[in-house]
Amino acid sequence: MTAGAGATAREPTTTDAAGPVLQVADLAVSFSTERGLLRAVRGMSYEVRSGEVLGIVGESGCGKSVSALAVMGLLPTSARVSGSVRFRDRELLGLDDPQLSAIRGKGISMVFQDPLSAFTPVYTVGAQIAEAVRVHTETSRDQAARRAAELLDLVGIPDATRRARAFPHEFSGGMRQRAMIAMAIANDPEVIIADEPTTALDVTIQAQVLDVLRTAQQATGAAIVMITHDLGVMAGVADRLIVMYAGRPAEVGSVDQVFHAPRMPYTLGLLGSLPRLDAAAGQPLTPVEGAPPSLVALPPGCPFAPRCPLQVGVCVEVEPGLDPTSASDHLAACHRSDEIEAGALGPADVFPVPPPVEPPIAAIPREERPVVLEVRELVKSFPLTRGALLRRRVGTIHALDGVSFDLREGETLALVGESGSGKTTTVNEILALAAPMAGSVVVLGRETSTLETSTRKETRRDLGMVFQDPSASLDPRMPVGDILAEGLRAHGVAKGQRRRRVGELLGLVGLDAGHVSRYPHEFSGGQQQRIAIARALALDPKVIVLDEPVSALDVSIRAGVVNLLQRLKAELGLAYLFVGHDLSLVRHVADRVAVMHLGRIVEIGAVERVFGDAAHPYTRALLSAVPLPDPRRERVRRRIVLEGELPSPLDPPSGCRFRTRCPLFVAVEPERRQRCVDEDPMGRPQGEDHLAACHHAELRNRG
Amino acid sequence: MAIPTDPLLVAASEAGEDVPPGVEELEVGGRGRLVLRRFLRRRLAVVGLVVLVVLFAFAFVGPFLSPWDHTSKDFAAFLEPPSSRHWFGTTQIGQDVYAQTLRGLQKSLVIGLLTAFVSTGIAAVVGACAGYFGGWPDRVLMWVVDLLLVLPAFLVIAVLSPTFRGRSWLLFVVLLAGFSWMITARVVRGLALGLREREFVQAARFMGVPSMVIVFRHLLPNMASILIIDATLNVGGAILAETGLSYFGFGVQPPDVSLGTLIANGTRSALTFPWLFLFSGGLLVLTVLAVSFVGDGLRDALDPNAAAARAR
Repeated sequence: MTAGAGATAREPTTTDAAGPVLQVADLAVSFSTERGLLRAVRGMSYEVRSGEVLGIVGESGCGKSVSALAVMGLLPTSARVSGSVRFRDRELLGLDDPQLSAIRGKGISMVFQDPLSAFTPVYTVGAQIAEAVRVHTETSRDQAARRAAELLDLVGIPDATRRARAFPHEFSGGMRQRAMIAMAIANDPEVIIADEPTTALDVTIQAQVLDVLRTAQQATGAAIVMITHDLGVMAGVADRLIVMYAGRPAEVGSVDQVFHAPRMPYTLGLLGSLPRLDAAAGQPLTPVEGAPPSLVALPPGCPFAPRCPLQVGVCVEVEPGLDPTSASDHLAACHRSDEIEAGALGPADVFPVPPPVEPPIAAIPREERPVVLEVRELVKSFPLTRGALLRRRVGTIHALDGVSFDLREGETLALVGESGSGKTTTVNEILALAAPMAGSVVVLGRETSTLETSTRKETRRDLGMVFQDPSASLDPRMPVGDILAEGLRAHGVAKGQRRRRVGELLGLVGLDAGHVSRYPHEFSGGQQQRIAIARALALDPKVIVLDEPVSALDVSIRAGVVNLLQRLKAELGLAYLFVGHDLSLVRHVADRVAVMHLGRIVEIGAVERVFGDAAHPYTRALLSAVPLPDPRRERVRRRIVLEGELPSPLDPPSGCRFRTRCPLFVAVEPERRQRCVDEDPMGRPQGEDHLAACHHAELRNRG
Repeated sequence: MAIPTDPLLVAASEAGEDVPPGVEELEVGGRGRLVLRRFLRRRLAVVGLVVLVVLFAFAFVGPFLSPWDHTSKDFAAFLEPPSSRHWFGTTQIGQDVYAQTLRGLQKSLVIGLLTAFVSTGIAAVVGACAGYFGGWPDRVLMWVVDLLLVLPAFLVIAVLSPTFRGRSWLLFVVLLAGFSWMITARVVRGLALGLREREFVQAARFMGVPSMVIVFRHLLPNMASILIIDATLNVGGAILAETGLSYFGFGVQPPDVSLGTLIANGTRSALTFPWLFLFSGGLLVLTVLAVSFVGDGLRDALDPNAAAARAR
């Protein structure tokens, strides 16, 4: 168990005698589209030195990935690239493909976001890494294979020699990403470009992969250019940071400068819109209104001006240059950066913070409020079958194994856990309103297993649902008015009333009522999610199930949607069942939290209790894996890195299901361990409204 | 059924009129109207629709403008080119080509459009239901599809048509449609299997929307492109299939005519006596073209991403 200090002593390497390994100057990339010239990158300059980590953050479509691909020469031929990319002393732009191939992989290598598509499914992982070695160096097949195993071992894949013979689909997501990093460092590259390396992964796996990336960097001494939209990750990883907006850097500086003394309103907005694990709950986030501009036909002036509260006349006329602020290595593209500096403005000073909303029902103690949703010992398993002609059962996947919780009026219960822990299955079981395999689901006093068809339909009125990705959950072929009216129609609301209600709903979520005849794709992501929320509200439900409602949205837009959800909850007295993996966000929105692991709730309780004094080692590990958007605190944080990944739900470990990954299991005396192996822990009270399923919760500080 | 109002809305309705501005003139549940508006914006589609209407009018009103009908013969004019007496000329035995063409057009328009409509309709409903419901409805429906696929359609129609001889030729439409929907149904089922798992379908299910409504409201519109293309192709296909069958003595029989039989008879002398062939051939091309324009327009009108149909 590695429970070491995550704080490696990394001082920002601002001066390096060796000079930069990669120098990008005035890089511009444009594409011809039907609507006109799309200027994806409009003047990007940076340099990285050996051993340095440069972070590039920005929302989708701001040109961060395109600039990385341009450096690698991997853009399609339709792209027009200008400027200069120098690797050591060699200009890369204008080189032909064979010449670039000699540099790719050896000089500069890349880690992609989706490791599944980065590996060829028909070759073993080891063979693909060995191939990467053999392409650039004269080695025998055997040597290359041995090197591949070494590399896999370096990135922390247990039993590397054997695993090298496995195929990509036999690896889990986290292992694939490690293998990808192994491939990237196979030839001791001088620069590693990592494009959203942890975006598709769970927090615990993310922490592991970031560790591996750090190890890889130390092993090779390479410079890392890390691209992500997650500012929190950057705080703990990067030395210097570039914040991109609309194809240009908006702010450049060391992590400390950017996080603690931002000089550009966009950066301020991003920081203010991040929910923080260490902040008090209930405080509204500062949303950045509007959406990023289209990169086709940008108007003159600052691209951020339409969303900027500090906008003045000059902002819409002249686009600000990237100029030094008081510190010469801290650049910001804002006409008013001096004023921001002089006034030491923070996010809350610049962006209007909506007043915190307190639901009237919060005055009533929880015990006295009615239970709107009750789940008792819910069980769900899927048969695993083999054979196409004669199906035979080869096993059972225990997706849910005795899940119990209740949700009272006016509160938010968050279900958290890694992917595969059973969160979505729980939600689907509730929404199906059918008889569960075992256990019971009671919605507003009505037991689902005994519902008649008509009462079941009636019960559906009381349950709303908001999905993760609004572009998938809204029928692309239906105008918004029809989408919102659908539930009303199904429940026989008269036409005139429907029309009125649709108008009300649009107003309720802050959209223009005149938009009823538009199609979903004409709206931005944030607006689409507002439509989805309006649809969930249409029948005036008591409970709304929110399945990761903001994780598909851009960072700056999330805050607005989160605030909307909070406001609606307070005004309409709703209860939310919130499914999420972003623990900072959960901390911000939830009243109570249930932590799920392998189809069980391992810890449940009030959010302050669970986050403040987690009793279950799994919760503690999850919490410690969440990056803080604060480089100073991130450097001194102690991180519990969980070994391995979720055990297979086909064959869960005996006794406590977490013991195979549990740091506490390793820490306690051997005689205590036996209990974990033999006995399945039940939820035990840890104080008021706080249960944890751990035999040794009182010893938690040892883990 | 009254919807309980919430405090915010009560406040809003107290502040002003209960309907926000802009909702008044816009219809909720107005997808049909919206699609119509978007369709009318497509010029070619409207042209196609007008041409189709004109063709229909021509086919059914045109015969009254001429003293000849499709059976009468003018023994004073064999193989005459178009003239003021016989507008489209005459055939080898003195029949008036104008009267025959219009009679043929009547038959072919109705057979073509009806067959295409019925066949695509069956394919859409069967395929979408099989895909959406899965389980035993899927298995039963796909058995039927496979069964019909292995039956040689031409032979079955040939065997059955003596039984139907003398009865309405609408039965012929049913037969043609009944044997041409299976492959499309399989494609549609595949699409439905994919759409079934999409979140907007789940959302509708969780809201309590009945299954058949989901099929018609969500599944079919989302595969409209393929259905429309299929229907468009079927129009031409049905007219040609009818020709082929008629040629072998099934389907439309003399003295009755269809565009198909006219074209079949006219091709032999297409170069020497072009009027025997050109008018019927030209009208067939015009029909298929008009249908495909209408189909394109309808597809764009239903597809929200089609730029051409968007309001300017």
